[in-house]
This record gives sequence, C-alpha cells and structure tokens, in this order.
Amino acid sequence: MQLEYFRMIDRVVSADAGSIAAEAVVPEASPVFEGHFPGHPLVPGVLLLETMAQASGYLLLARLGFARMAFLIGSKELKLRRFVRPGERLSVTARLVHEGSGYAVTDAAIASEGKRICEVREMKFSLADFPAPELAAAMRAEAARIGLGA
Amino acid sequence: MASAFDRIADIIAETSDVPRDTIRPESHVIEDLGIDSLDFLDIVFAIDKAFGIKVPVEAWTQEVNSGAAPASQYFVMENLAKRIEELVAAKSGG
Repeated sequence: MQLEYFRMIDRVVSADAGSIAAEAVVPEASPVFEGHFPGHPLVPGVLLLETMAQASGYLLLARLGFARMAFLIGSKELKLRRFVRPGERLSVTARLVHEGSGYAVTDAAIASEGKRICEVREMKFSLADFPAPELAAAMRAEAARIGLGA
Repeated sequence: MASAFDRIADIIAETSDVPRDTIRPESHVIEDLGIDSLDFLDIVFAIDKAFGIKVPVEAWTQEVNSGAAPASQYFVMENLAKRIEELVAAKSGG
C-alpha cells in the first residue's frame, strides 16, 4: 500500500466475474501516520473503506472490460472491528451483489490471518464512461501492476 | 399482492425522505417528489431487487435526453409503475 497515493491494493490473488481477492500490506512508515496518530499510528478507517472500494472497483473494471469507470457513490453499512497498524498484511475481498443499469453494488471485507477487521455492505458505484483518456490508461496500468488482466 | 404502484411508492418512502401519503399516481418522481439522482439509484436498486428485474435507467435517460421520449413516460409514478409491470411481464415471457 502507498497510502499517500491512494494506491491501496498490492496484488490480486484471484478474480472471477463475481468476486475478487487481493492482498495489501500496510507500510511501516507513511506521512499519513504522522497525523493519524502521533505516537499511535493507525490506518484511517476511511482508507480501509477506500481499500474495499478499490477492490470492488477493480472487480467491476475487469467485469466491464475496462470500458467504463466505477465511481463510489455510497454504502449502506460499515463496520470497523479493530485497529490496523503499520506492517500488517491484509486480505481484501469483494463480491458483486448486483449489476444494474449504470450502477453496481458490492459487499467487501478486510481480514488478516483469517480474522475479520472490517466489512462494508452494499457499496454502490456509478458506472460511467471514462471522463479522461489518461484515467483509462492509468487504471489499465494499475490493474497490470497488481496482476489483474486488462 | 400489492399493485406495482403501491410497491414502488412504498420503496420510495422507505428509501427517501418522501412521506408515503404524498406519492400519487400523477407525481413526477424528480419534479414533484424531489428525488435526486443518488436517491433515484437507491430506489432503482430496491426496485431491481423487489421485482427481480434490471430497470434500464441508462436507456431511459438517453431517450429523454435525446428527445425521443418525454420524461413523464418514465418518471411520472403511474407510468413508471406501467414500465415496471412491462419489464416484469417481459422477464416472465408474458
């Protein structure tokens, strides 16, 4: 993970049409930990949510053949069960709940060593044409970097 | 089984801040009920689930934006209920 660059997913472990499993290793040091919190470094809950959103996003991008972008527009329920500290290895999973017309819904979770850390239900994404070609290229490059076929 | 109109009105009342008794057959979902695009997607998701269909919102929006269909055809409650009934019938082959 490179928290300050919002690069949350390190490697895709498996993916199919309806689900994805990925790995993310929390760095030992990051400017984020200077503020969150001094003397008590924790991955911010919003970045755990972002990590689950990105896993969902890659699932949707692959499903859409990288023809459209998935933008997070909401979620129903978020549970943050425990703190996440520097150096932890996270397993991130996401599952397609529903694909509608112009939107999709996923459930996602993060665990470590088989124990639940957090989960989110019914994350909603707007599926839209890429607003800039640079973004489409960047998403393909990121997908290739983490081992997701683009 | 309640009518499609009643089921959709219930969904809108549960999903948004719109009181159930203000939702009438002639209500325009956006102009009269004040539903914005984000709430409308929540409503569409609930309709998709409740009726087991995929409401073609993108195609509808495209038709309205291109002038091929008036917005009332899809976004006035009684018409929306008819469209949903048609989608359910098409899905079941009826």
